[in-house]
Amino acid sequence: MPSLISERRKSIPVRRGRATPELIFGDLWEFDPAPETADPKLQPRYDLFINGAFVPPRAGRYFDSINPANEQKLADIALADAADVDAAYRAAQRAFTTTWGKMPGRERAKYLYRIARLLQDRAREFAVAETLDGGKPIKESRDFDVPMTAAHFFYHAGWADKLDYVAPGRRVAPLGVVGQVIPWNFPLLMLAWKIAPALAMGNCVVLKPAETTSITCLKFATILQDAGLPPGVVNFVTGAGETGAAVMAHPLAAKVAFTGSTEVGKAILRSLAGTEKKMTLELGGKAANIVFDDAPLDQAVEGIVNGIFFNQGHVCCAGSRLLVHEPVADRVLAKLKHRMRVLRVGDPLDKNTDIGAINSKSQLEKIKKLVASGVKEGAEIFQPSCRLPAKGYYFRPTVFSGVTMSHRIAREEIFGPVLSVLTFRTVDEAVERANNTAYGLSAGVWTDKGSRILKMSTELKAGVVWANTYNKFDPTSPFGGYKESGFGREGGRQGLLDYAKLV
Amino acid sequence: MLVRSASAALGRLLDEIGPVDCVGVEERVAKYTTRSIKKGSKRWGLQLAVTMIDLTTLEGKDTPGKVASLCRKAIQPHDDQSIPSVAAVCVYPSMARHARKHLGTSTIKVASVATAFPSGQAPLKTRLAEVRAAVADGADEIDMVINRGAFLAGEFARVQDEIAAVVEACGASALKVILEVSELETFDNIRAASFLAMEVIRAGDFIKTSTGKTSLNATLGNNQVMLEAIRDFYLDTNIAIGMKPAGGIRTAKQALHFLVAVKETLGDAWLTNKRYRFGASSLLNDLLRQIEKEKTGAYQAPYYFSEAAESY
Repeated sequence: MPSLISERRKSIPVRRGRATPELIFGDLWEFDPAPETADPKLQPRYDLFINGAFVPPRAGRYFDSINPANEQKLADIALADAADVDAAYRAAQRAFTTTWGKMPGRERAKYLYRIARLLQDRAREFAVAETLDGGKPIKESRDFDVPMTAAHFFYHAGWADKLDYVAPGRRVAPLGVVGQVIPWNFPLLMLAWKIAPALAMGNCVVLKPAETTSITCLKFATILQDAGLPPGVVNFVTGAGETGAAVMAHPLAAKVAFTGSTEVGKAILRSLAGTEKKMTLELGGKAANIVFDDAPLDQAVEGIVNGIFFNQGHVCCAGSRLLVHEPVADRVLAKLKHRMRVLRVGDPLDKNTDIGAINSKSQLEKIKKLVASGVKEGAEIFQPSCRLPAKGYYFRPTVFSGVTMSHRIAREEIFGPVLSVLTFRTVDEAVERANNTAYGLSAGVWTDKGSRILKMSTELKAGVVWANTYNKFDPTSPFGGYKESGFGREGGRQGLLDYAKLV
Repeated sequence: MLVRSASAALGRLLDEIGPVDCVGVEERVAKYTTRSIKKGSKRWGLQLAVTMIDLTTLEGKDTPGKVASLCRKAIQPHDDQSIPSVAAVCVYPSMARHARKHLGTSTIKVASVATAFPSGQAPLKTRLAEVRAAVADGADEIDMVINRGAFLAGEFARVQDEIAAVVEACGASALKVILEVSELETFDNIRAASFLAMEVIRAGDFIKTSTGKTSLNATLGNNQVMLEAIRDFYLDTNIAIGMKPAGGIRTAKQALHFLVAVKETLGDAWLTNKRYRFGASSLLNDLLRQIEKEKTGAYQAPYYFSEAAESY
């Protein structure tokens, strides 16, 4: 039985000779620059933060921190060697045995609450610093990174005096000193994911931020000082891979936690074989965002955009593979292209920027290489014709259609604003394709049918499955992966238990 | 029997046009409110908003005198001559001829509500007669209400036939179809009703959110759902339908958020009063205040701006 709409539509005279309708997203109403003006209060030089004080590296070496938006140098960052890392571990061990490890949970909670509030007080300053350092749009650092960082400290502060109830029937105790290495995509937030549960449980910390994004970490050290956190409880050592290896390998570490690439994660895992260290890994992903034909398509498109272009696609759980049901594939792609034409790429400090700068030159090169492979392997590329700033590391949002499971862009993590679109015909095929990857961090399902959401969420091998939304985070919700996306959880009760021993 | 039931009819309609997810819509529109419109772009947006206003008075106590002062305000909103006129004056049918008289040869349109506004609860014959009378009295545009009772009962064909009958009664006058979103309640229903209307109205006609007579009027959410319906319909048929959010838009800042939604959903071709209108009255003076603030750097006291209407 033909529906009402289609009958009516037939009666509409087809206007021949007129161009196909197209929407004009031009410059009739161009937005003026709206830069965020808060002072990030940067120093020209940042030292290591060991035992509650800023100390120069023993070897006296520093490296440059670059603003990816304009390729200008922001500051000198201390390069820690093995001796500096050792000093940090010894400070942490001392703090653990003398103050922090013995302190009652309700006292530790006060420090965590104070840290969270101090960060809120300086939210704009930190948001600007985060944007300058990493290239992410100010609207994301302002509305997501900084508030979520504070939220993680608040949440774990709430746990600190309730640890008797975190593992029913069991008692928990801290592990000791934990070594942590975090990535450059969410410098402050990853720091909170690592530090907050460790401190709430009574551990002390040696943490290394990523070499391209060390500034907000070292600024955060001033908050720890203002909060009066006992010296040595948290120590920051900065540097590149060698420093990170020293942090992971140090004999005083009771546990190490790493968030970053799968390649490095595997190397760390090999190096720890045969030791007694506990470990959690949060690694890469190649998430499937699955759109069924009954999905609310405009909202699905918004979720696709949010899933792959959030933070320039520098998100381990980014929805980088779009699996779309064949009956709606053309419509979804058309809608997606319209949506992409109004994304604003440019100066990350501009409040209207949707997509900022790629974090580093090497990452930009990697993205370009993988995109070139997509073109070479015959996938169809679409990029909106937005203007890019002359200087800085920028990449247009990119969609590849006609991608198959054997394309490199469908298998390798690109970690950039590049989406691969694949199609499927049945539910089983969708599940099979979604799970056909070495990773398993996250997935998205878009459908109007509730029962299908439940079925998919049990069949998808991913740590998080979002239904009719994407990239939603909360401190109460454990986050982590399957397979080569790592093990262990961060956030929630489960994340807390990864920093405890049961006694 | 089952396929003829109301739910089956709605089901078929939704199959055709697809569902809407409420959470997703609200998330999308929240991004419009974070757009930072400064300096030249702000001035341009404020001026544009002035030209899009349907300056409205819809009260039992309306008099020819009130309508006369509203028309003066519509032609020249402020002492400042650089401020443009509004798009239209929107009144009850009995006031249409007065508005016609006072607007004279200006380009401002006379819009008249009709079809037993706001409830629509009168026989179709009466509603159509009202439309014809308003057109005869000089209304360039007719703001009709749809039959929400019939819609909620699943009688979509009836809703659509009635709209088609009003289109015919309008003759050369433009039509704006009020969906009364607060009574349709869900975004699914709003999208469905938008399509029902768009199928039978003409290019240059409008769909409109609400009467301003119920608790919930234009929001960024229902505006977005209707803009997306207009976009999908346009890309399918090449017929460009206009949009009019009405009621609840009182501040310049809100108006700019709505315009950002238009810019990012339908694009530049809809940034004109031929395709986008605001049903509002108190909005006008806030726009004027902001325009003067942009010019002089200081906010003027409210009494520097002439009062002409305090409807929605």
